[in-house]
Amino acid sequence: MLSENVFVIGAGETKYGELWEKSLRDLAVEAGLKAIENAGIYSRDVQILYGSNSLAGIINGQENIGSLIADFSGIASGNIPAVRIEASSASGGAAVREAYLAIKSGEYDVAVVGGVEKMTDIFGNEVLDMMSSLLDREWEAFFGATPAALAAISARKYMKDFNVKKEALAMMSVNDHANASLNPNSHFKNKITLDQALNATSVAEPLNLMDCSPVTDGASAIVLASERYLKKNKLNGMRILASAISQDYLALHSRNSIYTLDSTRIAADEAFKRSGLKREDMSFVELHDSYSIYGLMELEDLGFAKKGEADRLVEEDIKLGGRLPVNPSGGLKAKGNPLGATGVGQFVEAFLQLNGKADKRQIKDARYGLLQNMAGTGSTSVVHIVGGD
Amino acid sequence: MSGIVGYGSYIPKYRIKPDEIARVWGEDAENIRNGIFVLSKSVPSPDEDVITISVEAARNAIKRAKIRSGDIGAIYVGSESHPYAVKPTATVVSAALGCDFPLFAADYEFACKAGTAAMQNVKAMVDSGAIKYGLAIGSDTSQGAPGDALEYTASAGGTAFIIGREGSIADINHTLSVTSDTPDFWRREGQPYPSHGERFTGEPAYFRHTLTASRLMMEKMGTKPSDYNYAVFHQPNGKFPTRAAKTLGFTEAQYKDGLLTPYIGNTYSGAMMTGLSAILDVAKPGERILAVSFGSGAGSDAFDLTVTEEILKMDRHAAPTISDMLADVKWIDYAVYAKFKKKIVLGEDVE
Repeated sequence: MLSENVFVIGAGETKYGELWEKSLRDLAVEAGLKAIENAGIYSRDVQILYGSNSLAGIINGQENIGSLIADFSGIASGNIPAVRIEASSASGGAAVREAYLAIKSGEYDVAVVGGVEKMTDIFGNEVLDMMSSLLDREWEAFFGATPAALAAISARKYMKDFNVKKEALAMMSVNDHANASLNPNSHFKNKITLDQALNATSVAEPLNLMDCSPVTDGASAIVLASERYLKKNKLNGMRILASAISQDYLALHSRNSIYTLDSTRIAADEAFKRSGLKREDMSFVELHDSYSIYGLMELEDLGFAKKGEADRLVEEDIKLGGRLPVNPSGGLKAKGNPLGATGVGQFVEAFLQLNGKADKRQIKDARYGLLQNMAGTGSTSVVHIVGGD
Repeated sequence: MSGIVGYGSYIPKYRIKPDEIARVWGEDAENIRNGIFVLSKSVPSPDEDVITISVEAARNAIKRAKIRSGDIGAIYVGSESHPYAVKPTATVVSAALGCDFPLFAADYEFACKAGTAAMQNVKAMVDSGAIKYGLAIGSDTSQGAPGDALEYTASAGGTAFIIGREGSIADINHTLSVTSDTPDFWRREGQPYPSHGERFTGEPAYFRHTLTASRLMMEKMGTKPSDYNYAVFHQPNGKFPTRAAKTLGFTEAQYKDGLLTPYIGNTYSGAMMTGLSAILDVAKPGERILAVSFGSGAGSDAFDLTVTEEILKMDRHAAPTISDMLADVKWIDYAVYAKFKKKIVLGEDVE
């Protein structure tokens, strides 16, 4: 029996940051149990578990993440299916989509998605090399390209072709930090000025430290349930109105344009079509701004601005009280970017916003949210639209 | 009550600027200077090592204490750059000072807090009556691999404290330590340069131990930051001790006299002790000092001291003060630095 609608009924997450005292499994279990408790259900009610993770195999030497989470969450004796979904830094969004489809198919009524990444147990140069596994190892990383370097190439071309000033990129980071300062779970809690954002240590010109998301430990988890389960148990939830995923070439140089994210554009168009909503209906968006330039490109490819014109939004519109609040959570730059958890973390933020529980960063009358999660330089994009009555 | 009856330091006069090191490695000097707040660092000349630095510092301490070297009952030398892996620095120091044959002596290693661990041990021996005076030395010619971040800070210097009951110029009211197995910085046997855990050396290592030891001390003594005239912390760079001091609630007026790393770099086992030496150069009777070291691996030793009237009887200029040594500078470039630090591969007949 096909389920009509799928809802998020609980959300939980760890603090994001350099969590020296916590291991991969500690983080996953903490977020998962918080989500289950938040949903008001019991662990035994969970019928399927999706772990989302990107790099535990090479960073932590741990694969089999689904079993690990099930075991250490204390639900192994329930013998429920538990698998890991991997789509690089889009693992979180992809895992939520799999859980959504599992419930939509009528096969399951309650699913948990737990995203986790433990990244700070290794040296900086090692993590940089491992992050480059998000790229095409043979045709990009082996030639010295890193995620930051490729984002910088896109930024250069974008800024030149559209005469966009560096200030526009910097404003994305200023906005992220301002919002993160209001999020108790964020990696960074400091606001930054435009001057600080413009004059930080260079990483890959024109991108500097304040244009790049940090290396973050963290875990986020949500509980999804079918409409019939909600009704039967008299629960409330946040509806997933549309779930869309799209793919592009893995290597940046193979794409039609190095500053157009076709995967994002196609997934967004499909999500809006399926939800029947318009761009202007969105109360907020959570973007995958692993680099500030992507924030601008994504606003355009999601359809919120014409190509090359997203800089017009960064002055006022993207702020919490603006026309289109962007990254109320603090975004990847300031809430943090624990790869496998990042996309699930966007759902945690949406769940808080749409339930009016986002405290000081609450968006007034929030009704619909768009969540965009992306792999590497844009090879995969997952777009979800959530909310409604 | 036991305390410091004599103190002396030694800082090599050769200095190199981070700008010069950054020039060689193609780094942004301003970023380095601002990032770690180090303006120059001391460099040992080719004939200086932990033994010579320890002897110089100890002789300066004896000059101020005006005791006979024969009255020294124990010598403990803390360092992570002892010239020998097996054969003590302390024995050479005792011979150079002319100490008697009956003598407690050993070398200590606890990264940058080996010297303060020596202070605690000597104090305990004085308090127990085992010795009348004991010499605790913290001294290093620290290593930083060429091109590594440590190269901008790893410097050379040392300080010696004579601890006893009679004639204490600064009573040690209390000392305590915190210890944990924290792998933030290490050097294995036979390795020429240490390894470090990058950002892991900050919060879980330096700050956790330094701040906790400081807070435990103030809790134990019933004091607050404003009760101290001076505060001095281990100073691997200029930023960490400044942040630690501010986090605890100390003001610049309290920590500026003991903050030497911006001018001489990180003297490792000598760092906090040399900062304390600079404070003793200017302190007045009745003034109170909080001194907290940190050693990677990891641990912190905290000391609560009160300066006594005896300091007025001491001729503090009987030996060079820290400000004298800060002013006695010979600048060198990276080529000379590389020669001094034996980074140049020499021909067989060249010495």
